[in-house]
Amino acid sequence: MRRWFQDSGHLIRPALVLLAAAGVFLLVRAAVVPKDFGKYGHYRPGALDLVRQHPVAYAGQETCAMCHDEQVTARKAGKHAHVACEACHGPLAAHANDPSIQPKLPDVADLCRRCHEKDAAKPSWFPQVATAEHSGGAKCTDCHQPHNPHL
Amino acid sequence: MDITRRGLFHIGGKLLVLASAGATLEQIIGAEAPSDAYKLADHWWGMLIDIEKCIGCGNCVRGCSKENSVPSGYFRTWVERYQVEEGKQPVVESPDGAMNGFAPLTRDDIKAFFVPKLCNQCADSPCVQVCPVGATFVSPDGVVLVDQEYCLGCRYCVQACPYGCRYLHPETRTVDKCTLCYHRITQGLTTACCENCPTGARQLVDFKNPKDPVHEFLRKNMVEVLKPYMATKAKVYYKNLDGSVR
Amino acid sequence: MMIPGVDGFMYPNEVELQWGLLIVLYPYITGLVAGAFILASLERVFKVEAVRPTYRLALLTALAFLLVAPLPLQLHLGHPERSFEMYLTPHTSSAMAMFGFVYLWYLTVVLLLEIWLEYRADIVRLSQTSKGVIRMVYRALTLGSQNVSPRARIIDDKVGFTVTVIGIPSAFLLHGYVGFIFGSVKANPWWSTPLMPIVFLFSAMVSGIAAVLVLYVVSMKVRKTIIDMRCLDTIAKYLFYTFVIDFTLEMLDLVHRTYEADESFRSLDFMVHTRLMFSQVILQIFLGTLLPLALLAATQLWRFSEARRRAMYVTACCCTLVGIFAMRWNVVIGGQLFSKSFLGYTSYKVQFAAREGLLVAIALMILPFAIFVVLVKLLPPWTERNSA
Repeated sequence: MRRWFQDSGHLIRPALVLLAAAGVFLLVRAAVVPKDFGKYGHYRPGALDLVRQHPVAYAGQETCAMCHDEQVTARKAGKHAHVACEACHGPLAAHANDPSIQPKLPDVADLCRRCHEKDAAKPSWFPQVATAEHSGGAKCTDCHQPHNPHL
Repeated sequence: MDITRRGLFHIGGKLLVLASAGATLEQIIGAEAPSDAYKLADHWWGMLIDIEKCIGCGNCVRGCSKENSVPSGYFRTWVERYQVEEGKQPVVESPDGAMNGFAPLTRDDIKAFFVPKLCNQCADSPCVQVCPVGATFVSPDGVVLVDQEYCLGCRYCVQACPYGCRYLHPETRTVDKCTLCYHRITQGLTTACCENCPTGARQLVDFKNPKDPVHEFLRKNMVEVLKPYMATKAKVYYKNLDGSVR
Repeated sequence: MMIPGVDGFMYPNEVELQWGLLIVLYPYITGLVAGAFILASLERVFKVEAVRPTYRLALLTALAFLLVAPLPLQLHLGHPERSFEMYLTPHTSSAMAMFGFVYLWYLTVVLLLEIWLEYRADIVRLSQTSKGVIRMVYRALTLGSQNVSPRARIIDDKVGFTVTVIGIPSAFLLHGYVGFIFGSVKANPWWSTPLMPIVFLFSAMVSGIAAVLVLYVVSMKVRKTIIDMRCLDTIAKYLFYTFVIDFTLEMLDLVHRTYEADESFRSLDFMVHTRLMFSQVILQIFLGTLLPLALLAATQLWRFSEARRRAMYVTACCCTLVGIFAMRWNVVIGGQLFSKSFLGYTSYKVQFAAREGLLVAIALMILPFAIFVVLVKLLPPWTERNSA
């Protein structure tokens, strides 16, 4: 028996090397992995907060309505009732936070055309025109009031 | 001037309105991480898309891009235009993801329509299944998210997604995708794409909200998901979707 | 709006390939490891004494390639500094995460241990006879034990045998897992098949055996030593059998797809006939499979002179090595060239000097041979015990 130990004693050494490596690994793991990892699932719960911290760019209609109720009222009466303010005016959370930041209105022709240019794939109930023929070169806002556009 | 009770009420009332407006503003704009009035267990998010309302304007793509700083050439959401002619393969296009809409289609003798697409927020997500480290996951409220500080950028999840909604962010070199505007919906706002959609083709839905009209609609009306045979339990539902859509 | 390189329609995020040349290299390299090890085990476990002269060579080949295997992955990652997360928080549902442990198991408990046990007598001897810095290296490698008595060596032999026996399924797992990483992706019909791990494994064995044969011939030529033809003939015979099985499996996959002709078939068929014509039909099938099979079959059926047989074997093996690389290319790149909408195709342009480019790939393929040369110098495979 003792002789067997003598002859195979060297096998302990690689085993010890492996065990030592495993030990180091476990120590590193305990130090590096956050304690709450796995709380909701196999991920760091902190990631949820990380995503939520992203700044908001579009304030949302309700925020615009706080100050601009005149335009909202006009819009509500017309065909653009369900079109949000920022759908045309762009992201305005910065402006809502600091009204001195003046928003820039996009080019009217491009803006209106994006939705209302005639396209065979658009549903038939949607008002659409071939703008080149429709206005004879005039700007859309020459005839249509954007907040209540129906003539 | 004498300070009367009425005066105090007036001033106090104005101050209260200002304070609450300010608090709401600050919460909406999100100067810091919002307080936890939001309970994860009370929500289970999804979306409804109505093909017959989509006009292919690309507002959603632009809105998403601005809200989420999406890098140019990559898409968290995009719109496809289908032209389906009998006996032929559909002709599909999505110029720059429809960021600037589409060039007008004049041919009107065939079936043509728009299909907005985004991450389907699968409850049984194959992308989550293959992530080697737990950098992507389904949140307790049903949104598939990426932990940007943990992702290795191996792109296994990009390969595993049947819908092509993931990409490698060229700057962070981690995987990015639609977050269902998690930072907005957890604050009571809707997603940027839904906010900007002029026709209401896209609508956010909370399956755990008994008063959500969209949820009520989904319970009673015919809808489908993309690639149902993948069994991913996708939570983006389509109304009036044509069978040719891939 | 036409996107360069795209025909038809691709989902916008699909146009750019995510897994490129380096991800083609990775299964190729792990395949060589598994194949070389299986050849080594032929002698150790299955007592095919004829291949004894290549035993140590095969082990060192396996180690040289296994050490390089993680490098293409590291270069591919967006954040290689986070790669250790795979060991810290492995997601057990992810084949990629579990593979990290299979790799570690194979490297330590199978390969390093087997090499240590096989070479221990030489290491101890060299730690006593050599001089200078190299002496310290050998002393470290002895792990502090100088016991090389005959009885200790018998125990080494027995334990080594057990390690090899465990090593065979471990080698299968090592490369089968890589096949599963692809085969389990239900989103991709080119990849998703239960045959994938098996096809990968058999093509790995073919490439590994071919690599060892070529390395053996080259090493003997460099050392100006006679090549053991009995050894070479036996290796070629096993290569032939393995190749027949590999070819059968790949043809089975092809026939099955063509017959069932589901929705993905039309898209895949078109892709093979256009974008993969050169790499699949010409390189993989004709040059990489049919030609070597014909050469090997010929040597089995008819008698050729030693010199001619050697030339046929080396030619067959070189073609095989190219063909198996093409196979990996066709799986990895091919799987990303068609749209998951089945409505379009994109292209892949290999960059030259980029992080995942051609230069890096060439360097990564040369590196294992450089390591191999170092290993051969450090742990000479040729002693009186197994010289031809």
